[in-house]
Amino acid sequence: MNDKILLAHGSGGQLAHDLIRNSFLPALDNPVLSPLDDSATFEADGKLAFTTDSYVVQPIFFPGGNIGKLSVCGTVNDLAMAGAVPRYLSLAFIIEEGLLTNDLERVINSIKETAEAAGVNIVTGDTKVVDRGCADKLFINTAGIGIVPPGVNISGHHAQPGDVIILSGTIGDHGIAVLSQREGLNFMTKLESDCAPLNGLVAEMLGISAGIRCLRDPTRGGLASTLNELAEQSGVSISIEEAKIPVREEVAGACEMLGLDPLYVANEGKLVAIVDRKDAEAILEQMQKNEYGQNAAIIGEVREKHRGRVTMKTSFGTSRIVDMLVGEPLPRIC
Amino acid sequence: MKLVSEFRQSELVPGLVSSIRHHATREARIMEFCGGHTVAIMKFGLRQLLPPTLTLTSGPGCPVCVTDNADLDKAIALAGLPNVIVASFGDMLRVPGSSSSLQEAKAAGGDVRIVYSTLDALTLARTNPEKSVIFIGIGFETTAPTVAASILQAAREGLNNYYVLSLHKLCPPVIKGLLDSGEINLQGLICPGHVSAIIGSRPWEFIARDYGIPCVVSGFEPLDILQSIEMLAQQVARDEARVEIAYRRGVNPEGNTIAINIMEQVFAPAPARWRGIGEVASSGLRLRPEFERFDAELNFEFETEVTVIREGCICGDILRGMKSPTQCALFSRVCTPINPVGPCMVSSEGSCAAYYNYGESHE
Repeated sequence: MNDKILLAHGSGGQLAHDLIRNSFLPALDNPVLSPLDDSATFEADGKLAFTTDSYVVQPIFFPGGNIGKLSVCGTVNDLAMAGAVPRYLSLAFIIEEGLLTNDLERVINSIKETAEAAGVNIVTGDTKVVDRGCADKLFINTAGIGIVPPGVNISGHHAQPGDVIILSGTIGDHGIAVLSQREGLNFMTKLESDCAPLNGLVAEMLGISAGIRCLRDPTRGGLASTLNELAEQSGVSISIEEAKIPVREEVAGACEMLGLDPLYVANEGKLVAIVDRKDAEAILEQMQKNEYGQNAAIIGEVREKHRGRVTMKTSFGTSRIVDMLVGEPLPRIC
Repeated sequence: MKLVSEFRQSELVPGLVSSIRHHATREARIMEFCGGHTVAIMKFGLRQLLPPTLTLTSGPGCPVCVTDNADLDKAIALAGLPNVIVASFGDMLRVPGSSSSLQEAKAAGGDVRIVYSTLDALTLARTNPEKSVIFIGIGFETTAPTVAASILQAAREGLNNYYVLSLHKLCPPVIKGLLDSGEINLQGLICPGHVSAIIGSRPWEFIARDYGIPCVVSGFEPLDILQSIEMLAQQVARDEARVEIAYRRGVNPEGNTIAINIMEQVFAPAPARWRGIGEVASSGLRLRPEFERFDAELNFEFETEVTVIREGCICGDILRGMKSPTQCALFSRVCTPINPVGPCMVSSEGSCAAYYNYGESHE
């Protein structure tokens, strides 16, 4: 095996076949993938959910994960947020010439482990190699198909005044873990990305309550942007309490130093649920039993007035508006 | 890292607030000079805790915001030169100049890099010896010593492709300028904490002595600010005017003499243009003659466009403490963080951005 990925690995010729046979298939093989026909074919019943996302994280390896794990979790989570049971994923690589083969295999291995943990199969894929400088090491696109169980009807449009907002755990872990790596801000070594598949947690939540109205994973833009989206879509306002939002001490500290607000920092293993008030405590209890929901907390409620607005009661007893993220959060200058 | 929790003990708030209410029996207008203070005041909704006798007014303490359009246009023009890398703090990129911004200059092919410190800019100069690296020197006394240190370092290393566009500003002279204008009537000044960590508290003494205005140097945590307001309210109640330091963990009267010496070694005071305020004597820093070879303004030929300020933008009045962002007809209608008309809506320390992001006001 060559040490580095060459342009020829994306040619469709011998090297490309070797790459598939030696690197991809051993890790990802399953009955739908193994015929290696132009399309994967499978039976499906009922209502389907279908989503896609591209992953360009830099650096491709970060504390708590890598671009491969992220590309599975992200798509699995998008399916889960529709209440769907994720089943099949596509996997497309755009590789910059010169990527270490060893790095590619680490990524593939991580995809294998994460897909197994999430109970999904990679059923179709593609590899392209571009000239050095035309991509940044490795970009991945995944698309996913899931099956929505009968009776499940989840959407960002369904929040109603009186509903309760549950957050599945601490915010900002992913964004700060990646940022600390990217900018060489090595002031915290313990902090890891929260990157995780949440379909198991969602299935458990759906198992105990039919009162789950909205689910969303607060990725880029953070919790603040997700709550604004939900308030806008449902035509309601949302009120949260600062003191109830779980934030790790090191994330809060790093944000303070960098001039960032944890409310706007990305997560990759968290969800926001808007649920019927009468089921809220039971759902919360269920969530806290799952490893990805241990720190779940009720952080606020849905209200009727001032549609589309999110407000927060600060720990000082005052209140303020929480707006959408504008642009990329930039570090302060003084 | 307990950077946050130990400074945000909300159980201390009621005691401070009740003490402020007790002392603040007389009407007083207090200016928070620094944009960082404005942000904290808005983010924690501190106005909601104050008695109606106290009014807080934002001052010109946002280095990005007070940068004059003509100076912004210079930075943008430099970014358009061939074989030049412009290195800037991130906040500057989106600030609109007369017709463009550094961000647009970058999109048009200019090589503009965001750096986190002058050390990054020096690294750029070392690794790109065939290009000229120009650092856009924006900031107050807090930032200027690090820029001065980078110039000393470049001189030691013999780096001949590193330059600085010095747009630095000094805080005490501009306060003097504002007070001398007679436009504002203050009964208290919350002095900037980070600036004072460098210059100390003594440079503020003329404000208490000559203008009879109580001054308190404040930190940036919400409790710091409440404590500073309490100290100001006490001075007002007792008819006193002196300089006190609430931010003792960061500031002493003499300041950081090493930083001051480095700054003075490289820079000399010079007149500077402030957006909305105009030229203020001795309120800027230019490179001393022996460091002129690092001065971007003297070593590059560039043409800047005719300076234009967008009609209706009242950033200037806001920076002088004359008006609040919500009094601007453009605020939140035309001018938003996505489409900023003036710099106060761009910078993370800008008053308009703070009011927009956290305000009770864009209903």
